[in-house]
Amino acid sequence: MTDQTTAVEHDPGATDALLGPDSARFRHDYLEARGLRVAFGGFVAVRDVDLTVAQGDLRFLIGPNGAGKTTLIDAVTGLVPATGSARLGRTELLGRGTHRIARHGVGRTFQTASVFEELTVLQNLDIAAGARRGPLTMLRRRGAVPEAVEQALEVVGLAGLRDTPAGVLAHGQKQWLEIGMLLVQDAHLLFLDEPVAGMTQAEREATGDLLRRIGSQRVVVVVEHDMEFLRAFADSVTVMHQGRVLAEGTVAEVQRDPAVVEVYLGAPAQPGTAATTKEDA
Amino acid sequence: MDTLLPQLFAGLSLGSVLLLAALGLALTFGQMGVINMAHGEFMMAGAYTAFVVQGLLGDPGASLLVALPLGFVVGGVLGLVLEATLVHRMYHRPLDTLLVTWGVALLLQQVARDVFGAPNIDVAAPGWLSGAVTVAGVALPKTRLFILALAVVCVAALAFALRATPLGRRIRAVVQNRDLAEASGISSRGTDRMTFFIGSGLAGVAGVALTLLGSIGPTLGTHYIVDAFLVVVAGGIGQIKGTVVAATALGLMQAFFEYSTTASVAKVLVFVVVIAFLQVRPQGLVTVRTRSLA
Amino acid sequence: MTQRLTALLAPGRTRALAGFALAAVVLFAVAPVLLSPFRLGLLAKFLCLAMVAVGIGLAWGRGGLLTLGQGVYFGLGAYVMAMHLKLADAGPGGVPDFMSLYGTGEVPWWWEPMRSPVATVALVILVPALLAGVLGWAVFTRRVRGAYFAILSQALAAAFAILLVGQQQTTGGTNGLNGFRSFFGYDLADPVNQRMLYLVAAGVLLAMVLVARQLMVSRFGELLVAVRDAEDRVRFLGYDPAVAKTTVYVVAAVMAAVGGALFVPVVGIVSPADVGVVPSIGFLVGVAIGGRATLLGPVLGAIAVSWAQTSISEQFPSGWIYFQGALFVGVVAFLPGGLASLLGRRRRRGRGDAAPAPEEPETTAPPSPVPAGAHTGRTAQGRQP
Repeated sequence: MTDQTTAVEHDPGATDALLGPDSARFRHDYLEARGLRVAFGGFVAVRDVDLTVAQGDLRFLIGPNGAGKTTLIDAVTGLVPATGSARLGRTELLGRGTHRIARHGVGRTFQTASVFEELTVLQNLDIAAGARRGPLTMLRRRGAVPEAVEQALEVVGLAGLRDTPAGVLAHGQKQWLEIGMLLVQDAHLLFLDEPVAGMTQAEREATGDLLRRIGSQRVVVVVEHDMEFLRAFADSVTVMHQGRVLAEGTVAEVQRDPAVVEVYLGAPAQPGTAATTKEDA
Repeated sequence: MDTLLPQLFAGLSLGSVLLLAALGLALTFGQMGVINMAHGEFMMAGAYTAFVVQGLLGDPGASLLVALPLGFVVGGVLGLVLEATLVHRMYHRPLDTLLVTWGVALLLQQVARDVFGAPNIDVAAPGWLSGAVTVAGVALPKTRLFILALAVVCVAALAFALRATPLGRRIRAVVQNRDLAEASGISSRGTDRMTFFIGSGLAGVAGVALTLLGSIGPTLGTHYIVDAFLVVVAGGIGQIKGTVVAATALGLMQAFFEYSTTASVAKVLVFVVVIAFLQVRPQGLVTVRTRSLA
Repeated sequence: MTQRLTALLAPGRTRALAGFALAAVVLFAVAPVLLSPFRLGLLAKFLCLAMVAVGIGLAWGRGGLLTLGQGVYFGLGAYVMAMHLKLADAGPGGVPDFMSLYGTGEVPWWWEPMRSPVATVALVILVPALLAGVLGWAVFTRRVRGAYFAILSQALAAAFAILLVGQQQTTGGTNGLNGFRSFFGYDLADPVNQRMLYLVAAGVLLAMVLVARQLMVSRFGELLVAVRDAEDRVRFLGYDPAVAKTTVYVVAAVMAAVGGALFVPVVGIVSPADVGVVPSIGFLVGVAIGGRATLLGPVLGAIAVSWAQTSISEQFPSGWIYFQGALFVGVVAFLPGGLASLLGRRRRRGRGDAAPAPEEPETTAPPSPVPAGAHTGRTAQGRQP
């Protein structure tokens, strides 16, 4: 059953239903990081990063290993302490607990798909959708499946596997389940850490289409190493190197940037580069 | 000053006993993440080793000097057997290891009861440790001074072993990054066994030392195991330094609380202080900063 | 499909109902007829211990909280009840016998509330709930977990037992409290009342199983499993795992306390030997054997283990310790799902389901920033990919 990755044809109708009509929301979210800095002991993993990502701008975050991409996400989602500022709209995110940041509408996926392996697909989504439930609802058995969960099952193409324990899903399916969890979580700011790693070409395209659709109505930041995927779907790109923002712009602009070319095409290594490869250990 | 000095000494002495009991745990729990509830029973085995050696040799002085290294070997071998038969299967299930080793502890206690009898027994202290040294009007029993010195020696030896020997480097390498160490040609199995041997051996030494303080029995280990774990938790794992500081602090607290209340209330107060302390420093006194999301 | 879904977390509704009815018939109709009054009394004692096991099954099996200190809550319930019985026996304004023997002959102020039966019943629940709530919240919000939590809970049990022993004049010291004559006005020596006590214990246990079942099949139960397996991931969804953990810890504490409160009139004594480190871990054997994550496993396991303890100790006094030690080693090392996992495995094979093995969750993996944890990849759970 794990071969059942054919459900790559997402249902656009379900996606729109889940995301809600944009005009009805009158929302224009944006992420605004200023002077963001993360230090581990003496090692500065992210230094003085300014980053603005608006809704409708599908942003890709790239950079060599150890550039600080994941650490940046960790900082904004409250996993590691950081200084500076990171705001979603008017809400300052830094200094809050992880679960409070999540409640303010920030969601993320992980490099290694992180789902609740012993719970079913449906249960995974139901939990993701339920952080605002009251105690009485929590203490009762789930009656009807929430509409958002039903729609998310369609969107990520896992409706047929709803009662399968998430632990036995194929790798790509787990990554979709995580994206589905982000959607039902009703996050306004979504970080996706290498969402298409290990996916087939068809799966990549389906995921890209889905991300593009989500990106039109949410603030989405994608960390990805796959340049082909990036060229196909990125609206804009931020390149990080050694904890700093090296370049920012459209794919074409960034590709022309001499500094980026130097970093990617192996110009002489700068001192200290070796120390920064901790990230992907 | 009159009351401060005896309390200070009592606290340091208690701290040294705790340190001896906890030092091995700092290795097996702190470095390897294995919760060995039979650690106390390894101490008990060390204590009975001292009893048996004295029965064979007769002379308390000579038998103590023989029992200390022998206790190390007895504890170490027991640890080695435990690691090889059970613990190594369960490195990914630390809490289950706790329960399994507790079962082993029960078995060892009952074996001791069946072999040596349930009542407590005494091991004579050597003549050169009888009496006390008087410092500033306070009598400091020589046995307690000896244990204090023994604790210092054990800490120094362990610190040296970890820092300066090839084995120590291997242990630290495996602890920090098992996969990388394996890839660099270090046998993590062999290193695990050695770590467990040394940690359990230290329990044996602690057991021999405890015979100097009073009679010993099959349940000797259960009296120390909880406090020893508390010391390691409060000290923070992965660093011997934290264990030393925590043992001293807990010993001093116990002594001073005991002076102003009773022994039982002091025990509860120490527990409350540790909980409160963990509120401030959940990872214990000395922390190793890592980026891993454990 | 939906049936399979519920079967994954708990037995299906009809099967559970049938099992529940069967248990009720056995406990209320069969056992009282077949067993001698002495054996029935023993069974009542086992039922009280099984109540502790229900709570441990929830906290440990579902929540991943290895609590080595349930003796504390068992003891709090037991001592509150025992204090009431001593005061009731002494009569209005009277002084319990042991106090005049060892102490000042005055009733300490904190004994006074237990003169009232209503207050006693309330305190049996409130005192442990409050302690577990405060401790749990303090510990869980600071993300003390896994082995650290286990060790702290064990230290709590040690401190509690030492405190009881130390307060000879007010708690009876090592002797504990004993020699009760009546239970809320009923003569405890009367066989009819002993049978009534058994029936009360059976009813309370069944009620607890129902509560546990509701918690397991509810959304809270699903969240609990999620917290157990990937606490940090849950946080990124906007939940505070400390809330779920504290809740289940309090529930387990109250269940243990009620078990303790009924244990006192049934057995006729409570002493520090019933509540310290050793009995606290002892509670876990039955749960481990029966199957920690199942509904009925902990109950049946606890009853079976208590029964084995009684019958083995009757014949070979030292045999029981060997047996208990061997059980811990054998079951936990080689059959972590308990006996229930054998049943489950057969049933699953029949249906061709995937195996939701109740292995030890990762949340319990090496205490937080263990350097050893550094080699686990960076995932929300820290689990090896």
